[in-house]
Amino acid sequence: MSKQISRRSFLKGSLVAACATCASQVPLPASAKSKSGQELATLIDIRKCIGCEACVEACREVNDFKYPEPEKPFPKMYPNRVKVADWSDEEGREVRDRLTPYNWLTIQWATVEVDGEETEVSFPRRCMHCQNPPCADLCPWGAARKLENGITVIHSDICLGGKKCQVVCPWNIPQRQTGVGLYLDILPSLAGNGVMYKCDRCYNRIAEGEMPACIEECPEDVQIIGPRDEIVREAHRLAEEEGVYIYGETENGGTNTLYVSPVPYETLNQAISKGPGQPHFDKVEDQMAHADNLAKAMLIAPLAGLAAAVGRVYKASKKLGDNTGEAS
Amino acid sequence: MTLEMTPRAYAEQRFLKPFYYILLFTMALTGFGQMPIFKRYYIADIPGMGWLAHYYTTHYFHYIGAIILFGLFAYAVVVYFGLMRKQFQLTWAAYVRIAILALITITGIFRVLKNLPDVVFSPLFTMVIDISHLAFMMFLMIFGILFMVLKKGWMVEK
Repeated sequence: MSKQISRRSFLKGSLVAACATCASQVPLPASAKSKSGQELATLIDIRKCIGCEACVEACREVNDFKYPEPEKPFPKMYPNRVKVADWSDEEGREVRDRLTPYNWLTIQWATVEVDGEETEVSFPRRCMHCQNPPCADLCPWGAARKLENGITVIHSDICLGGKKCQVVCPWNIPQRQTGVGLYLDILPSLAGNGVMYKCDRCYNRIAEGEMPACIEECPEDVQIIGPRDEIVREAHRLAEEEGVYIYGETENGGTNTLYVSPVPYETLNQAISKGPGQPHFDKVEDQMAHADNLAKAMLIAPLAGLAAAVGRVYKASKKLGDNTGEAS
Repeated sequence: MTLEMTPRAYAEQRFLKPFYYILLFTMALTGFGQMPIFKRYYIADIPGMGWLAHYYTTHYFHYIGAIILFGLFAYAVVVYFGLMRKQFQLTWAAYVRIAILALITITGIFRVLKNLPDVVFSPLFTMVIDISHLAFMMFLMIFGILFMVLKKGWMVEK
């Protein structure tokens, strides 16, 4: 586990504190509110990010009450291959250079060439909030689910920490904390291993008409939020007028987090640190596309069975009729 | 003179049952594979069983199994009513099995619907569907074993 305290965190702390003090709870503008049935998406303009981590600190501050407070010692788990995932000590909780159960938003850095000049770019990374999220689709327990406004949340009261959501997530976003959650009340030694945590895009704040903390506190307005079709339109406008590259519009069948970058994502992807808690910028095919196609085939299957059976009954009846005729 | 088809003359009685059991076993295996247990408990370490630890693979096979099962259900219903009903009748154990299968199918359909893009269910409903789908499958297995012990088949001659 990487438990390095961000070198920038102390310096940026003052900026964050200033932002937090100055900014009152900014309401979600009417233009950013979800129209009936419309999903909300965010647009992250990588060109604007200065890597100050104000978003990271704001996220940690407003979501602090959702963070796990595990019971120790952890129950002994069987078999031995089941590993404890513990970020709850002081050092673990301070980690900011990757996603953890206590850090749902991290800043990635890349040195790339922009307009012939070597430039260091930074950008916030968190859950992409897919339009058809495999984590929610494949969660065997119903703990991960998608809200009507396009946010994917994991219910910490229900999650058993099996880590399936992390495995099926194309970006391996959710992070596990052992020693907390429902599994402790069921079979703590034999099933489950804690709770999975990830960005819930401040769903509780959005429900109250407020902005997600990372957007509200950003001093550079790196992110905007609004109905997805408007966000996509804005990304396309920027691509057309300013030559930026878009990520998230089609990845995994479409996500509710779009990025615009001054360099292609292949370039960006090569320049970032990738690994546990540090998502990539690879191209991602729609992970649920096969399942969606098979779901359509389920409609046809009974008709095929019906047709085969009708043919069978007709043939048998005819044979019976012929035999009856011959016999008489 | 009328030539009556003698009982057990139908090919379905030979191939449907083993086919159904293999299919049901596959569905149970891939269904349980949706939970993170096969890797934890070394089952996926058994040679040839590694695929059980791949969630997308087990999910894919579970869907394919459901497609075949839906076709099989439709086939069995029509063949029973069109061909076999004159000579056979369903046992009470068959009605129990059919009821549980219907519940598994209905909850499974809702689970598939939930997985489609733009379909969102309430958290409570999602949980009820998830857990009841699993519970009904467990019931089917328990009753299946019970009926096997009691030698209660699907049909008896009239």
